[in-house]
Amino acid sequence: MTLLLIVLLPLVGALLPAWFIRWGRNQSALAAGAVTAAAFLLLLSLAPQVFRGEVPSAAWPWMSAIGLSLGFMADGLGFLFAFLILGIGLLVVLYARYYLSEKDPMGRFYGYLLLFMGAMLGVVLADNLIALLVFWELTSLTSFLLIGYWKHLPEGRQGARMALVVTGGGGLAMLAGFILLGHIAGTYQLSEVLQSGDLIRSHELYAPMLILVLLGAFTKSAQFPFHFWLPHAMAAPTPVSAYLHSATMVKAGVFLLARLFPALSGTELWFFLVTGVGAATLLFAAYIALIKHDLKGLLAYSTVSHLGLITTLFGIGTQMAAMVGVFHIMNHAAFKASLFMNAGIVDHETGTRDIRRLSGLWAAMPITGFLALIAAASMAGIPPFNGFISKEMFFERTVEAGFLPGVPWLLPLIVTLAGLFSVAYSIRLVWSVFFGPPAEDLPKPPHDPPFGMLLPVGLLVALCVLIGLLPNLFAGPMLAVATGATIGAEWEPYSLSLWHGFNVPLLMSALAVAGGILAYRARWIFINLQEGRLPIPEAKRIFDGAVDRLAAGSYWLTGSMENGSLQRYLALLVGVAVVAIGWPFLTGAWGTGPGGTTPVDGMSLVVWAVLVSAAIGTAVLHHRRLIAVIVLSVVGLMLALAFVHLSAPDLALTQISVEVVTIVLLLLALHLLPKESPREDSGGRRARDLLLAVGAGAGVTAMAWVILTTPISTISDFHLEQSYPGGGGTNVVNVILVDFRGFDTFGEIIVLAIAGLGIYAMIDALGVPDRWRIGSPEDEVRYPLLLTVITRLLLPLALLVSMYLFLRGHNQPGGGFIAGLVTAVALILQYVASGIGWTTHRFVRDFHGVIALGVLAAGATGLGSWLFGFPFLTGWFDYFEIPLRFIGPAIGEFELASAVLFDIGVYLTVVAGVLLMLVNMGKIRNASAASESAEGEG
Amino acid sequence: MELLVASGVGVMVGAGVYLVLRARTYSVILGLALLGFAANFFLFASGRLQLGLAPVIVVGDETVAYPDPLPQALALTAIVIGFAMIAFVVVLGLRAHSDLGTDHVDGPGGELR
Repeated sequence: MTLLLIVLLPLVGALLPAWFIRWGRNQSALAAGAVTAAAFLLLLSLAPQVFRGEVPSAAWPWMSAIGLSLGFMADGLGFLFAFLILGIGLLVVLYARYYLSEKDPMGRFYGYLLLFMGAMLGVVLADNLIALLVFWELTSLTSFLLIGYWKHLPEGRQGARMALVVTGGGGLAMLAGFILLGHIAGTYQLSEVLQSGDLIRSHELYAPMLILVLLGAFTKSAQFPFHFWLPHAMAAPTPVSAYLHSATMVKAGVFLLARLFPALSGTELWFFLVTGVGAATLLFAAYIALIKHDLKGLLAYSTVSHLGLITTLFGIGTQMAAMVGVFHIMNHAAFKASLFMNAGIVDHETGTRDIRRLSGLWAAMPITGFLALIAAASMAGIPPFNGFISKEMFFERTVEAGFLPGVPWLLPLIVTLAGLFSVAYSIRLVWSVFFGPPAEDLPKPPHDPPFGMLLPVGLLVALCVLIGLLPNLFAGPMLAVATGATIGAEWEPYSLSLWHGFNVPLLMSALAVAGGILAYRARWIFINLQEGRLPIPEAKRIFDGAVDRLAAGSYWLTGSMENGSLQRYLALLVGVAVVAIGWPFLTGAWGTGPGGTTPVDGMSLVVWAVLVSAAIGTAVLHHRRLIAVIVLSVVGLMLALAFVHLSAPDLALTQISVEVVTIVLLLLALHLLPKESPREDSGGRRARDLLLAVGAGAGVTAMAWVILTTPISTISDFHLEQSYPGGGGTNVVNVILVDFRGFDTFGEIIVLAIAGLGIYAMIDALGVPDRWRIGSPEDEVRYPLLLTVITRLLLPLALLVSMYLFLRGHNQPGGGFIAGLVTAVALILQYVASGIGWTTHRFVRDFHGVIALGVLAAGATGLGSWLFGFPFLTGWFDYFEIPLRFIGPAIGEFELASAVLFDIGVYLTVVAGVLLMLVNMGKIRNASAASESAEGEG
Repeated sequence: MELLVASGVGVMVGAGVYLVLRARTYSVILGLALLGFAANFFLFASGRLQLGLAPVIVVGDETVAYPDPLPQALALTAIVIGFAMIAFVVVLGLRAHSDLGTDHVDGPGGELR
């Protein structure tokens, strides 16, 4: 529960600062701080458990059948990250209060920030791959909002969009990878996946799965060649950069590498991919960082470089390397967040971030400068700060790793060079800004910022020093549990120390520092080289070009398919379906099944011939609409005959009564529409459609043939067995409708009711003028006398038949649907023969009420079973004997079943629904006929 | 018999598809009706073909054979819902004709596409 609260608090609490802003900026910041602090305290309450080596976890199953659950766990790794997210989050909240100007909508800023925080916590605490992915994508979305916070800046919008496209796209690849991973491991439960490392690594799908998952991690952590979004995301306000791009968002990628380390690491592929990409990023980004003139741009590339360092470590794959990776995650978060905030202070107090304009700020901003100096020294790996320890250990691991056989010196060379550039850009960051002659043309006179902005930086810098001096005290326990969780094994606590003696790593460090100083002094050579002769391809231009081409391609594709022609859409749809269904037949994957065939008799052949000719006839004669409808009705009648022959009496009864109402409906419609269809289609289009029709017909024939000749395994034996003893009826079809699957039927009559009401609404809006309504003098039309008399005589008989069908329905073919249709037909006949006015006066006017009554009756029957403690729509029946002895034997037992009540509901809904549709159409018939005659008179 | 049923369904689908691809609402409605017939019949036939039986239990007689009742029940409601769907589309067509002044499926100007 605590875990759920930790994640939910920021997500829900995001509303608070947005609400509190109406009382002022301090209140808004306080609300954000309070929410963060509350979540932080909850997290700390778990600390004793975590440090004892326990893993607090909780799960809420959602769709267990496919392994989806909302599960959280706080192992050492998750705890470390949650600690960083909430701890640095708290500092950023404080810092942003002073950083944001009066004009910035602060409530929205804190709202976004808390949403992002919640999403990030979800990523690091999730115990389910799919849940992790959902939170992962949430971080992409919320970071989009944060990076684009300054909506008025085009760079902000473009940077946000680029970040979303790259990290969101990587997330999609990761989704595919996770599904493969879940498939391989047989579970999406993270804690179980982590224990099946051997199974996963030996699986044949390991390689594609690994590449997809790494795509997600590399895009998020801005690894080469996906690094380009991070520098452009620097358009965000600096608190966002300090938070997202030092400690959280970009760390999600390396978090994933750490999280899945026990499951995925240790193979050659892992080593070459992860170490290769990491080392390339490390060196390349360190070099670029040196030649950037923008403070935040320098820091962005430095971040990319350090993420490459961490990636390299996880790629090496040994337990020690993983430990150093986790350690550097902590250290990097501390010094990089403070440096970003420092850059923000400089920007805030001087008005510029251009290193070429800044100089000699120490005099005006001594505290800021001092803090920057220490953090930068830590970043450069200078003793005695924390960055030095993890960098020494990193060098040691690369010497051990060997990388490529035959060139064991390659990886150490790369990292020493990267270290060299790292020293150089760290010097540039501090020396060029704070020392030298005081700058003269600054937009604002510089001075130290308010205490609230210095405090977060100071705390982080203090951490850098303390971890550097007393690593075992300040980082040891956390590192031990986090490493234990990362490598998924027992872990001997490793003693950290500043001094490792004279060895190769120390030599590498010394070379890096000495070379770094030289490189700094020679920086203009690199800068001029870069700006003059060696223009590396600008990633943004490539990206924009790719996006433009993709958009143009989409426009072309959409435009060429979507020209507004329904015919074209349908033709495409049918064409694709024909190909998709036809393919397995053509390749021989599908064929005649092993089941036998049933014999054909002469009558069936005749019915088939009539049906086929009528169906084709409808298509051929469709221009002459009246004839086409009549031919169509033949198809329906033949189907009814087929149902009788093929052992489905209920279907035959339904089909024949639906046939009547359908044809009446189509005739009514024809009265209002043109009687002929124009012959407007070109020969080419007719040929194309004919081809599609033949293809579809042949495909469906083949499909039906395969199915019909394949023996069936059915679940109907249960229904057949239980129909009489369990459902109290012998007509299994009806028992299924009103009992076994009563809930389906309930839904279906509601659909019928909604269709009826929808039709009523559409017709009502057709605007039938009042004077043409029922009962007006214009309604007095003469009807054929003979038909009128006969139908009136037939009505009671027809109703009797429908009652009979209804009552016997539970045991013999019949039931609510069929009886309802028969009643509807009988009443429609009255409307046809005697006119709407006459009939309406004598029967029900308000079909809506009857529909509602029907649905309510069926629903109430279902609810009734609750009174007896059974689930919704549980059927009940019993047999009774009339206790009068002398008539007893004559009547015998009779049955009472709750299903009858339900069937009454079905009956009422069907009658009223059908009548609502047809009678309302009949009304417009009257109206338009009358208006035509009125026009004629006028 | 299986071949008759399969080809019957196929011919109804073919005629239905041809009609649905026409440009006037009324033809489309006729096509939908045919497709509905075919779909219901196909659904019913998925319970395989049995001749001259009925899904009505003869109590006390264990030897009687029955057809598969489940597809029949499904097809029964499908037929009724199919009617409601046709009715809805018909009224939609009427409404379109009345509001747009044409019964072309793409509305005014549809003939030009």
